[in-house]
Amino acid sequence: MKRIITVTVINQSGVLNRVTGLLMKRQFNIESITVGHTEQPQISKMTFVVNVEDEQKLEQLLKQLQKQVDVLKVNDITEKSIVVRELALVKVVAPPTVRAEINSIVEPFRAATIDTGKNVVTYQVTGNPEKIDAFIDLLKPYGIKDLTRTGVTAFVRETQKVHTPQLSIL
Amino acid sequence: MKMTVEETEQMYEEPEASVAPKQLDGADVLIETLKKHQVEVVFGYPGGAVLPIYDALHKNPIRHILARHEQGAIHAAEGYARVSGKVGVVIATSGPGATNVVTGIADAMMDSIPLVVFTGQVATTVIGTDAFQEADIISITQPITKHNYQVKDVADLPRIVNEAFHIASTGRPGPVVVDIPKNMATGIFSPTDETTGEVNLPGYQPTTTPNFLQIQKAANAISTAKQPLILAGAGVLFAKASDQLVKLAEKYQIPVTNTLLGLGTIEGNHPLFIGMAGMHGTYTANMAIQTCDLLINVGARFDDRLTGNLAHFAPNAKVIHVDIDPAEIGKNVPTEIPIVADAKEALLALLEQNAPNGNTAAWLESLQINQEEYPLFYEASEEKGLLPQQVVELIHEYTNGDAVVTTDVGQHQMWAAQYYKFNHPHNWVTSGGLGTMGFGFPAAIGAQLAKPEAKVVSIVGDAGFQMTLQELSLLQEMRIPVKIVILNNQALGMVRQWQETFHGERYSHSLIPVQPDFVKLAAAYDIKGYKIETYEDAKAQLKEALASDEPVLIDCRVVQKEKVYPMVVPGTALHEMIGVKPE
Ligand SMILES: Cc1ncc(C[n+]2csc(CCOP(=O)(O)OP(=O)(O)O)c2C)c(N)n1
Ligand SMILES: [Mg+2]
Repeated sequence: MKRIITVTVINQSGVLNRVTGLLMKRQFNIESITVGHTEQPQISKMTFVVNVEDEQKLEQLLKQLQKQVDVLKVNDITEKSIVVRELALVKVVAPPTVRAEINSIVEPFRAATIDTGKNVVTYQVTGNPEKIDAFIDLLKPYGIKDLTRTGVTAFVRETQKVHTPQLSIL
Repeated sequence: MKMTVEETEQMYEEPEASVAPKQLDGADVLIETLKKHQVEVVFGYPGGAVLPIYDALHKNPIRHILARHEQGAIHAAEGYARVSGKVGVVIATSGPGATNVVTGIADAMMDSIPLVVFTGQVATTVIGTDAFQEADIISITQPITKHNYQVKDVADLPRIVNEAFHIASTGRPGPVVVDIPKNMATGIFSPTDETTGEVNLPGYQPTTTPNFLQIQKAANAISTAKQPLILAGAGVLFAKASDQLVKLAEKYQIPVTNTLLGLGTIEGNHPLFIGMAGMHGTYTANMAIQTCDLLINVGARFDDRLTGNLAHFAPNAKVIHVDIDPAEIGKNVPTEIPIVADAKEALLALLEQNAPNGNTAAWLESLQINQEEYPLFYEASEEKGLLPQQVVELIHEYTNGDAVVTTDVGQHQMWAAQYYKFNHPHNWVTSGGLGTMGFGFPAAIGAQLAKPEAKVVSIVGDAGFQMTLQELSLLQEMRIPVKIVILNNQALGMVRQWQETFHGERYSHSLIPVQPDFVKLAAAYDIKGYKIETYEDAKAQLKEALASDEPVLIDCRVVQKEKVYPMVVPGTALHEMIGVKPE
């Protein structure tokens, strides 16, 4: 099962290495990872998307992360009410003959054109990963020359719909 | 260079300048901080990157033990830590010095031994340039340390060292590496308000106090269980909670089994002790796990060599698991009553509950029947020759069960675990989780330094001993009276046993008929050696050798084909163990 996990860490050199190394050592598959400072410069937040087999493995993952000396907080936010965002840059083959057509496809995604050449256009799109998947799928037939995705970052919403019991981090 | 008159006058008018205390450098600060932590002994080996540290150590009251290989140094530190309960301290130089301690670090991580390992490093100005003797020890040791540090500012040194000791010795103990670039050791330390060394670890707060509700639940479960069983691991020893454990067992009349590392938590001859559990545990202990209705795990981690096939482990048991590391609870075995706590605090809280006693008489009786029916056994005869089990039993007899016993890894380790019955905790030193050959002998040196009065016997295999025997130099030099007993089967015995059982008796690279003359080898180090070939010899000579105040080496020529039994074959369940009775 796919889980979104946020890890708040002390912004020490090597901490990213530690956390990803731990995931590797315990055979967890990272699908994506984003890192950046929080409002406090000495504290960073990592957001992982990981694939875990079952609840027991998930609990292991959370506990092992929590055990790291530089880790302040671990949260599995998958089941919470959250805002999930990813950004993608997509360079598409778009000769003048089809450009208008492509633009009309892109429009509902509110993607921005950030670079244009004679035969190619680069779009920037943000949203949840499914939206980005859909965007890419639609552009594929035209020929994608280059593609880069940032991976997911996420936030827990201010108001939660229902209280979802979290796995006990003992 | 020109000076103004004023400046020259100042120079001469301030005699304090010349007698002012020497400015401390990083190495001085390191040694001072070690003293604050009451470090009496460090194990190490010098080299370029740690020369400043060795300079600060020179003529210092901290005792430095110069092992003959860094692996020897770190295993000695592990033995010291295990027996003394204190943090073992190691110093190794950069590059090869640091990589030579990697095995010991991994060993300490697996067996939760508190170590602080200082490694030298090339100067920060050249890190990353493949400088001479540079190795990225931080990355190398990242998965095998509880935590590690590289010092990047001399001002951080006191804090980092304090944190390293704190992390190594609290919660679930483990090894911490502190990598010190050479220019940090030579860098001038200017004390300020920020450099007091105060520990600042907001992300590290081990839970030591048990949850009250869980304690109540556990007490209730103990009270109502018909067939309860205590499985005690090394966590009990780290918490110095043997007394409380035995008290609980006695109060509720609960039988006790041990993990390999937990031996010594209860007296080997205690009527409630049913022997070690696991791959080479007793039939009684393993059957008790399979039939108990309540399994009280205190400070053990349900390692695979203990559990056998997990799917069939303790099928009828409700599980209470006391562990200071929350990540161990539920990792392998589903747990009904999790108690994250220091073992002593948890046991005290359980005792305090004073729950009514259940009746375990019938249960104890059934275990007693098993013990009589399926004791550990070996079949001795004069034609067969000297058996390794006989040697261990004689060692037990001649040391009255009071010796500190260290072992290497292999068959001899299992025989020592099965046949040496400890009277006291903290006298058993073995490499469990990593199973590190070469561990036993240097560990004995550290153990002897921790307990100078104790009789320290190192039971080793002929092969494992040869992995770190260079440390004989330490016995020679300091007359450390370790008694080395080689259970010499001229083989990688444990490998040979598996090849016999699982690989059609194809002894691929496991028989070593060509050996050094161990007695002569001992003589080369000015150590008295004995060669023992028969049981009769063993009785006389072992007694004499063990009684000596000097270091001795005893080469016991034992039967090569002897196998360690009983055994849980990998993949099978505990109750399916083989070799439980003579054929
Ligand atoms: C460093 C290391 N290498 C290999 C092994 C695998 N191994 C486990 S037991 C064993 C044989 C040990 O032989 P010996 O020291 O003579 O002890 P015995 O089993 O004969 O008592 C080997 C090779 C190991 N545990 N550690
Ligand atoms: Mg051998």
